[in-house]
Amino acid sequence: MEEAQYEVDLGNLMAFDNHHQFASPPTSREEVVKEAIEQGTKLVQAVADALFNLPSTQDPDGPLVRLPAPTTRLPREKPLPKPRPPTKWEMFAQSKGVQKRNKEKMVFDEQTGTWKRRHGYDRVNDDNDVPIIEAKATDEPGTDPFAERRKEKKGRVEKQEKNRLHNLKQAQKAGALPSHIQLAATALPIRGTQEKPKKVSKDELQNVAGMAAVATASGGKFDKKLPGEKPLKHEKKYKKYLPAVEGSGMGAMEKQQTEKVLNKLVSKNSHEILNVQKAVNMYNVKKEKRQRKQGGNSSTSGKLKGNRKPFKKTSKGGSSKKGKSK
Amino acid sequence: MMRIKTPRNGRIKRELEKRAPKLVETGKKTLILHGTKTSSVVNSVLTEIYHLKKGNSVKFSRRNDNVRPFESGGETSLEFFSLKTDCSLFVFGSHSKKRPNNLVLGRTYNHHIYDLVEVGIEHFRSMGSFSYDKKLAPQMGSKPFFAFIGEAFESVDELKHLKEVLLDLFRGEVITNLNLAGLDRVYVCTALSSDRIFFSHCALRLKRSGTVVPRMELVEVGPSMDMVVRRHRQPDDSLRKEAMKMAPELMKKKEKNVVKDDILGKLGKIYVPDQKVGSVPLANIAKGVKRERREAKMKSEGDNLTTQKKQKQDSE
Repeated sequence: MEEAQYEVDLGNLMAFDNHHQFASPPTSREEVVKEAIEQGTKLVQAVADALFNLPSTQDPDGPLVRLPAPTTRLPREKPLPKPRPPTKWEMFAQSKGVQKRNKEKMVFDEQTGTWKRRHGYDRVNDDNDVPIIEAKATDEPGTDPFAERRKEKKGRVEKQEKNRLHNLKQAQKAGALPSHIQLAATALPIRGTQEKPKKVSKDELQNVAGMAAVATASGGKFDKKLPGEKPLKHEKKYKKYLPAVEGSGMGAMEKQQTEKVLNKLVSKNSHEILNVQKAVNMYNVKKEKRQRKQGGNSSTSGKLKGNRKPFKKTSKGGSSKKGKSK
Repeated sequence: MMRIKTPRNGRIKRELEKRAPKLVETGKKTLILHGTKTSSVVNSVLTEIYHLKKGNSVKFSRRNDNVRPFESGGETSLEFFSLKTDCSLFVFGSHSKKRPNNLVLGRTYNHHIYDLVEVGIEHFRSMGSFSYDKKLAPQMGSKPFFAFIGEAFESVDELKHLKEVLLDLFRGEVITNLNLAGLDRVYVCTALSSDRIFFSHCALRLKRSGTVVPRMELVEVGPSMDMVVRRHRQPDDSLRKEAMKMAPELMKKKEKNVVKDDILGKLGKIYVPDQKVGSVPLANIAKGVKRERREAKMKSEGDNLTTQKKQKQDSE
């Protein structure tokens, strides 16, 4: 009769003794454990009584029983799947009473005289297998019937793809998109204009905002800042002009500045400032002219060694013999 | 513009299908994770729960600073983990001065926290400290028995809640066909006081009793511990209602007009619909037509009527 007291949930293999109370507060740990195990055995026995009396089927691994549905209701893990809304075709077929019927996968191809698939690779009536298309009276000269056929096929495929996307969008609205499909937005939706909206980056936006802020007489100095608006990158003028009037202190700054720039330039090109060769040439030429004026006596000793062939220098491949230098 | 994104290979597709909501759910996965600080007791409790549930649980080994299930804002990363690992049960262990050896057991619905129970662990004994015949050791993933002992599991709200959570946590896969030879473990929960339970994991020894039903014998195999209920949070009524929804396809339709009688057996009632005698169309007596035509028409209609009647009789 004791088993009758227990609540047994066979679906979860659970038994619950809702009358048990410790007779006296347990003093030691062992007592608690002992009592628990004892009671547990009784409860498990109660479940087993019900379980082993269920109709079972023999299996090589052991007897199998069909468990009844659990009586303890536990929450679901995820919401119930929603039914997919009917596609546009399904709705149309429903309204017109179009019945679904299966077509054979293999079709007899009259062109090749063999059985071929209805769809897919190596299918019947494939574009690639049509060698000749008979001309019709309505044909326009200059058009390629094969190209037209391909174009039509492509158009049909595109249309189907469009329809599929539409149906999937409807399914997404109903929250019943198939688990393996995601719809990803490629661009923002546009209405009215055909051009794609340009995506404005954060930096660009900040720059534009900055420009707009400075576009007042005071350079945006007295403008109120909006919350989250950053301070300007250049709060002051880009270029500073120094006074051109000469003087001491501030007045000398302009000169210093220019000198600094000039020095930099000069020092950069300092190795080109004195062309030694040219200078020597000039010296020699001047000297010779002076000598000629004084009257013909020439001596080589007075010449600088740096230039032994002053007149030959421009001609290419000139000899270096000393005697010819005169 | 929209683009249809589909998985690149079958493996990913199957994985996504596994994660999709199902009409009949088979089992929940468990996420086991540590808080900022954990004691050795909490660590071993988490490890042993992981061992008990091996096969359908995920254990994180790092500390999680920003997981505080009971505080607002502290559940965000937990919900994220639940989404990533596809777990809808979680066991979160932590240790602090205020709440030593703390364990938060919780469930999620649609990857949002559904309910929470916080328990403190005391008198913990690990699996290793029990000595028993290793042949009895329960198999991985076997269906367990549950024994809940004590009136407090019904009268005290916290324990009632804890009972449900423990059942959900340890019941394993939901199955319809059970192999009786594979029964080898029992979870025994005993209410010691209004906020304390004794939780123990036992192995089963089936002994011959001479009848169909074998005699059960429990052998404690551990872990065993005392759980002291601290905080708990019940789900909202609306959330509970939604989570408890049954698929209408699976519910048995009520059979109308059929009664089962002990003596007479199955009895049915038949309702005959109204005959609508008043609205039956009568023969149209055409006016303003020449007599011959009228008579011809009457005749033909009369014929039609008789043929129709005949057909009806045939069909009946």
